[in-house]
Amino acid sequence: MAAPGEAATDLEVIRGKRAALFFAAVAILLGLPLWWKTTETYRAPLPYSQISGLNALQLRLTVRVTVVFTRESVPLDDQEKLPFTVVHEREIPLKYKMKIKCRFQKAYRRALEREEEALSLGSMQEAETMLAEPQEQAEGSLTVYVISENSSLLPQEMMSYIGPERTAVVRGITHREAFHIVGRRVIQVAQAMSLTEDVLAAALADHLPEDKWSSDKRRPLKSSLGYEITFSLLNPDPKSHDVHWDIKGAVRRYVQPFLSALSAAGNFSVDSQILYYAVLGVNPRFDPASSSYYLAAHSLPHVINPVESRLGSSAASLYPVLNFLLYVPELAHSPLYIQDKDGAPVATNAFHSPRWGGIMVYNVDPKGYNGSELPVRVEVDMVRVMEVFLAQLRLLFGIGQPQIPLKCLFSGPKSEGLTIWELDRLLWARSVENVATATTTLTSLAQLLGKISNIVIKDDVASEVYRAVAAVQKAAEELAAGHLASAFIASQEAVTSSERAFFDPSLLHLLYFPDDQKFAIYIPLFLPMAVPILLSLVKIFLETRKSWKKPEKRD
Amino acid sequence: MAAALPLAVLGLLLLGPGGRGHAEPPRDTLREELVITPLPSGDVAATFQFRTRWDSDLQREEVSHYRLFPKALGQLISKYSLQELHLSFTQGFWRTRYWGPPFLQAPSGAELWVWFQDTVTDVDKSWKELSNVLSGIFCASLNFIDSTNTVTPTASFKPLGLANGTDHSFLRYAVLPREVVCTENLTPWKKLLPCSSKAGLSVLLKADRLFHTSYHSQAVHIRPVCRNARCTSISWELRQTLSVVYDAFVTGQGKKDWSLFRMFSRTLTEPCPLASESRVYVDITGHNQDNETLEVNPPPTTTYQDVTLGTRKTYAVYDLLDAAVINNSRNLNLQLKWRSPPEHGYVHYQPAQDRLQPHLLEMLIQLPANSATKVSIQFERALLKWTEYTPDPNHGFYVSPSVLSALVPSMVAAKPVDWEESPLFRSLYPVSDSSSYFVRLYTEPLLVNLPTPDFSMPYNVICLTCTVVAVCYGSFYNLLTRTFHIEEPSTGGLAKRLANLIRRARGVPPL
Repeated sequence: MAAPGEAATDLEVIRGKRAALFFAAVAILLGLPLWWKTTETYRAPLPYSQISGLNALQLRLTVRVTVVFTRESVPLDDQEKLPFTVVHEREIPLKYKMKIKCRFQKAYRRALEREEEALSLGSMQEAETMLAEPQEQAEGSLTVYVISENSSLLPQEMMSYIGPERTAVVRGITHREAFHIVGRRVIQVAQAMSLTEDVLAAALADHLPEDKWSSDKRRPLKSSLGYEITFSLLNPDPKSHDVHWDIKGAVRRYVQPFLSALSAAGNFSVDSQILYYAVLGVNPRFDPASSSYYLAAHSLPHVINPVESRLGSSAASLYPVLNFLLYVPELAHSPLYIQDKDGAPVATNAFHSPRWGGIMVYNVDPKGYNGSELPVRVEVDMVRVMEVFLAQLRLLFGIGQPQIPLKCLFSGPKSEGLTIWELDRLLWARSVENVATATTTLTSLAQLLGKISNIVIKDDVASEVYRAVAAVQKAAEELAAGHLASAFIASQEAVTSSERAFFDPSLLHLLYFPDDQKFAIYIPLFLPMAVPILLSLVKIFLETRKSWKKPEKRD
Repeated sequence: MAAALPLAVLGLLLLGPGGRGHAEPPRDTLREELVITPLPSGDVAATFQFRTRWDSDLQREEVSHYRLFPKALGQLISKYSLQELHLSFTQGFWRTRYWGPPFLQAPSGAELWVWFQDTVTDVDKSWKELSNVLSGIFCASLNFIDSTNTVTPTASFKPLGLANGTDHSFLRYAVLPREVVCTENLTPWKKLLPCSSKAGLSVLLKADRLFHTSYHSQAVHIRPVCRNARCTSISWELRQTLSVVYDAFVTGQGKKDWSLFRMFSRTLTEPCPLASESRVYVDITGHNQDNETLEVNPPPTTTYQDVTLGTRKTYAVYDLLDAAVINNSRNLNLQLKWRSPPEHGYVHYQPAQDRLQPHLLEMLIQLPANSATKVSIQFERALLKWTEYTPDPNHGFYVSPSVLSALVPSMVAAKPVDWEESPLFRSLYPVSDSSSYFVRLYTEPLLVNLPTPDFSMPYNVICLTCTVVAVCYGSFYNLLTRTFHIEEPSTGGLAKRLANLIRRARGVPPL
């Protein structure tokens, strides 16, 4: 009777063991993945490898230069080899992880009949208008005409000429090494009109190590889709001065032409305001020698902050604001002059602050006070003011004084105050800057995701990241192909998409969820469930070990 | 804005005809006004209004040039195609029963209502963006305005300015009653004033005094108005209003007199040179020549009579642009004194500070005979910090009893006795006057039930559900993993033995 009973008990024991093992298996195979899956933060897949690839991207900027030879510019036997293409490539040495190579792709050709005719005209202006008419040059490209050595188109001592559009003229030479020399001159001119190290260094100023590039490299505004320009007239003393300015006319006459020339670089909006009782933050010092007041150079940084609170942030848009302030000093502090570092008064009586704007001090003509009672009516000379403000505007957009090579004639910009090649140069710089910014943003996002595991990546954020990566790659390709306009548009899209992904509020949804609170919730559930499973596992383990040991003892 | 660099070189070729155009006459005007009204309760109300009128059509022009009209608001009008905008921030509540009807009405907290132009396609989107921008401009939490607290009234909020049609789908209205109004809302409001707070009436707007009041309401109203009598074109009107009610009793030791300096801790020194009108009105309705109940200093040059809010009122007018008003004394400190003797009585009130000191209210009252006097104090129940609750919070919290100290007239005049000689039960309180005796009464302490939270609820819920889950799981687990086997009873249980014992005794065969 005992034997079948024991057999039945053994069966029961084995069944119980199996059930316990099955529980453990279910808990591990089903429960753990389920728990993992339900508490996981959602992360759409991102192109991590491509993003890290962007970091080591090699930017190749191609400038297409068409060199056109007129009949007597170089020896005839040299001309017979035309047309052919020469590539002049060099690396731009910036301490930056992204390698930038600049290549001038020179295509040589012979002048057409019409061009010959134009270049044989008497003056540069006539030649230019005739050359410009039929042809439309692509953005970023240059055309250099090589004229004969003794052409009268240029003054005798000048070797080259840089025009307001994408054309330049170089004097040729009839020499054995003619080709070589002319080639060097062409490169010289092309570099002056196109990419230079300075321009790129200024564009990448934010991404370069601090020590190498001084602060004036950081002067230009950061690239953006649009800019707001605000002209403010500060009248701290309306009791004494009744200031009037014809800002409407000045904007229409001087600012709008400049901005419409710049319109490829972004949208611009202009407005103006008059602020009364707005004072500078610094008390001017009195200079008894000239019985005038002055602001020393070291105190200029303190001038801006108190004024800025009155300027009123631009409520209606998110674009960066450029402020231009015209300050009419109060009667008690006039005339007021700005001194430079050496203590000499600044000729323009103006200064600018990088990425912020400019301030000009406008002193009231002292003759106005004679005989008349306060307030004195002041009419602002807008030509004088706008000269300063437009020069500052150019600087703040990173369009510095052009660096003209020796023995080169520079025609100066047309009536807009901006040459077309300056605009091209700005677009080159902005494209590179945009690509760099987008790359940095994407890299930081990837790093952040690696570091913080609670960040959620939704599908729309992921698609923005993909779009940004594609746009960066497209911009790089277009730059390498020399298509400046489409490269610029692609780079803008890259920046927009990458920033939209980086600053998406959904990234932060689960950021604050500390571990100790998680365990406070899990333990009351997990502990009672885990203890029986663990105990029975331990028991099974002990019994199996005993049953393994028993046969050994018998032996 | 860190570094500033002097601009060294400037080679700019300016081009085109450099003709300097003659500036047009100013197309915008500023009027400012302050009305001071002594209220029936003894408080003083001050109402500022600053009105900027701009003869310009904001929507049409591409480039906008601002003079007196603030740029921030002008940009809003053109960007969001606003027809009208009314925004008010109010701290406190206008007690109509004690203070009479107000000039400017506003609900407690923040109120925003906007009429959009009929060119706006997505009104809800513009409304959302606009409230966000306004919240930035005025440092207020208007960004909490969303669809849950926005309504479109159809009858009560008509446009206040010029309007072609009143299609109510372009109106949005929202109130945030919880909004706390403070200095950070006043500062941006002051910045919109052309004279900032440097000259004119706005000199008086000193934040620490304005918020030391029983009522503070500031508002911005933008609306289109007729430019001329025939209304051929429109102008934009910006009204910035601010009303405050000063508790004159507390600050003035029970007197109803006031002066500008006492209220604002400033005086008027100069008119705003940009204002075309700058006036102070003082309500002197009770004032008549015969029995001078009140006196205004300096005496007004002109008075103004009108029927406002249903009553005839007389105002003393001070025009700041009139050189004589300020020049005599370099500054203008308006003062008003009541001639009639103040009522006898004494009230001392020291408000409580949370967790530092309790309220103290002392009143010295002369009670008429055979009368009942009732003193009642309203209070609000508040939630304490969770660590501040006593171990038995549901018992309630005690409010200490009130004290009534009185000199009661005696029925019979007591004999003056030597203080040292008299029995001890008579001589606790010194008696100065034999015709009355001193009594001090105490009321019962008040037991107040404060709302108490359930302190342990969240963790209880977690523990309970987990226990239920664990119990179910545990029994299930036990059932499945335990081995059950039948055990044969060897000798039988105790009950069986007992039964057999009884059976043997009875002579019945055992089981």
